[in-house]
Amino acid sequence: MSESTPSQITRIQEVKKLLREERLPHIWCPGCGIGIVLKCYVEAVLKSGIPVDKHVIVSGIGCSGRAAGYVRIDGYHVTHGRPIPFAVGLKTVRPELEVTVFSGDGDLTAIGGNHFIHAIRRNDDINVILVNNFNYGMTGGQYSSTTPLGARTLTSPYGFIEGSFNIPYMAAVLGANFVARWTPLHDRELTKAILEMFKVDGFAIVEVITPCILYAEMNGFTTLDWMKDFRDRCIIDHDADLSKANLTMDPNKPIILGNFVRRDKPSYQTRYRELLRKVKG
Amino acid sequence: MSEGKLIKPGVYFMRGNDACVEGALVAGCRFFAGYPITPSNEISARMSRRMPEVGGYFIQFEDEIGSIVAVLGAAAGGVKAMTATSGPGFSLMMETIGLSAMLELPAVIVDIQRAGPSTGIPTLVGQGDIMQAKWGSHGDYEVVAYLPNSPQEMFDMMIDAFNTAWKYRVPVMVLSDQMVGQMIEKVVVRPYEEIKLFERVKPTVPPEEYLPFDSKYLVPPMAIAGEGYRVHMTGLTHDERGYPTTRHDVSTKLIERLVKKIRENEKEIGRWEEHLCEDAKLIVLAYGITSRSAKRAIKDARSEGLKVGLFRPITAWPFPHWGLNKLVESGAEVLVIEINMGQMVHVVRETVNTKVHFMPWAPGAVPPPETIVKKIKEVYSK
Amino acid sequence: MVESTDAKLITSHTGRRTPLNRNMRLRPIGEPRISSELCKGCGFCIEFCPKDVLEFSDKINSQGYQYPRIKPGKEEECIACGMCERICPEFAIEVYEVKKVPIEVEA
Repeated sequence: MSESTPSQITRIQEVKKLLREERLPHIWCPGCGIGIVLKCYVEAVLKSGIPVDKHVIVSGIGCSGRAAGYVRIDGYHVTHGRPIPFAVGLKTVRPELEVTVFSGDGDLTAIGGNHFIHAIRRNDDINVILVNNFNYGMTGGQYSSTTPLGARTLTSPYGFIEGSFNIPYMAAVLGANFVARWTPLHDRELTKAILEMFKVDGFAIVEVITPCILYAEMNGFTTLDWMKDFRDRCIIDHDADLSKANLTMDPNKPIILGNFVRRDKPSYQTRYRELLRKVKG
Repeated sequence: MSEGKLIKPGVYFMRGNDACVEGALVAGCRFFAGYPITPSNEISARMSRRMPEVGGYFIQFEDEIGSIVAVLGAAAGGVKAMTATSGPGFSLMMETIGLSAMLELPAVIVDIQRAGPSTGIPTLVGQGDIMQAKWGSHGDYEVVAYLPNSPQEMFDMMIDAFNTAWKYRVPVMVLSDQMVGQMIEKVVVRPYEEIKLFERVKPTVPPEEYLPFDSKYLVPPMAIAGEGYRVHMTGLTHDERGYPTTRHDVSTKLIERLVKKIRENEKEIGRWEEHLCEDAKLIVLAYGITSRSAKRAIKDARSEGLKVGLFRPITAWPFPHWGLNKLVESGAEVLVIEINMGQMVHVVRETVNTKVHFMPWAPGAVPPPETIVKKIKEVYSK
Repeated sequence: MVESTDAKLITSHTGRRTPLNRNMRLRPIGEPRISSELCKGCGFCIEFCPKDVLEFSDKINSQGYQYPRIKPGKEEECIACGMCERICPEFAIEVYEVKKVPIEVEA
């Protein structure tokens, strides 16, 4: 019996070669989507044409932040909210490295919010994979800056009444060079988006809406329902009006996915090197 | 070192903060991230102009936290990096100081202390950050902190700071103050051959055998990003491979090594200056700008026949208690004078075997020599 | 090949203007191999298999998770699309192509 793996798909054996297999199974819950997102990142690293030794992953605190510990590449698991400035410092002094931030919605847009907006303002040349699971999962499921209105979480037992960020809209308005949104169900598109991010000189971000078992159970469904919801509710529209791309609890509102923004403004690091050339001669 | 646009050896008349910048560049610093805060602004302003001249990187970050985190990112890339701030910014950096200690990524933090607490008096001197430098972050770790008292020392101690940080892989603070930072004095830049720079110890084994936190070393050789070592560094308590752990035996090994790095080398790292202490019955302990005023006070007191001397710690941490203990063997007592309500005095009381007197001084001014003489007389007995 | 200018003669001799095997395909038959100790019983693979080949087995692994198996009798239905391998968050499934069999499809 001849054995081969289907040629057109991700070969998990290849992906696993780049994982710290001795640490598997990972700590994420049954039905958590982060494992799939991590797989897409590793796949993109392998396909990027950039030597694996030049890839660096920087993560923050939270479930998504644990991703750095499972990949066998240079990885830095730093304090809450701070992977972006760490990545900026590293990329600035080592421009040949491909630096990717892999972290969650609260880490990057709540406690890390200031760094988020300023890194986009500066157009720092980093890639950001923002895993959005609508809550702070690691600490038990508190609400975060992306929790939809009305949702039940550990700290909004009567339903969330604040407001939530529309991340692709924010990133686009602030001027990011690349903005995309996908889900773990759309793993091929996600891998392609990450590959595209590597090519961008400037700030590139992909928001990945990811199922979380805590959030799901507190709101009366399962992560399997959530994945099925991706299948039923997602619309791919690369030219969507991002001001309408906010996420809500409304089951009739489509979830808009796509590679929304692609600009070519030079990154801060590129402009600084220009400055160096002028000053130093 | 590549000379290029570095300050040439010679004699200069420089402001402390400016000497700090030039010292850092001579030490090999090629990344500065900072946030505007009085009275350290001269440092970032000069850095923004000088860094591109030497081919280094300057970023004014959106806040102090981003600044110090970016410093760690640059260190992870193998580049000597620093930030400069004052009290309020220093407070913001505390969590990250713990991260620097845990990841063992070297960072140099210059704190031009000002009157506090809180916003305090941004333009006037304070010495209220001494305890915070060592104990500001949560958990157990050790730092090294230098106490320059002149622009000359601000130049020299930047070189010491970078050497210490990269040798021991710890966060190192330079605790200056507004007066020392903004005074203008003679600064001598020695010939480069006389200035020794320490470069990081690189791994000697191939990546498959390399353990980033190998406990057979007190200070493990440091691998940087992008060289094939595939290090994993995490702020979580970790084992020698860098992987998170909750095991107590592993945690013990790590924490003990982190503190031993400095504690077992304290005699090498700790420094002080003695002035007229040989026959002193009362030793004044003062640092930073206070030591300048105290030196004058001691001269005046001596001229009145009082046997007083000055013990000036040059490192706040590790505190050079063995140096002071030697001097008080004869029975001399100590008078601690600091521009705060009692910080280093606690360490003196804990580690030095003699009677310790204390003259607190609220921040915002330097205690003038006359005041110090008055206190000396009050305390002087026998 | 008979050379003839008589069109009718050529047609009747060669018989076909379409390839003999135009309606034939090689259909892969695959085998998902599941690392039971890595599985956490999330059920994604079962849900997203386009041929409905997987179901929960009656076994649990050492962590207490129920892991999937190929539905008995449906072994030949797997088309080696690899969806289960891609959708598994635990890196627990590897799909192997066992063989390719010819099948007839509609024109």
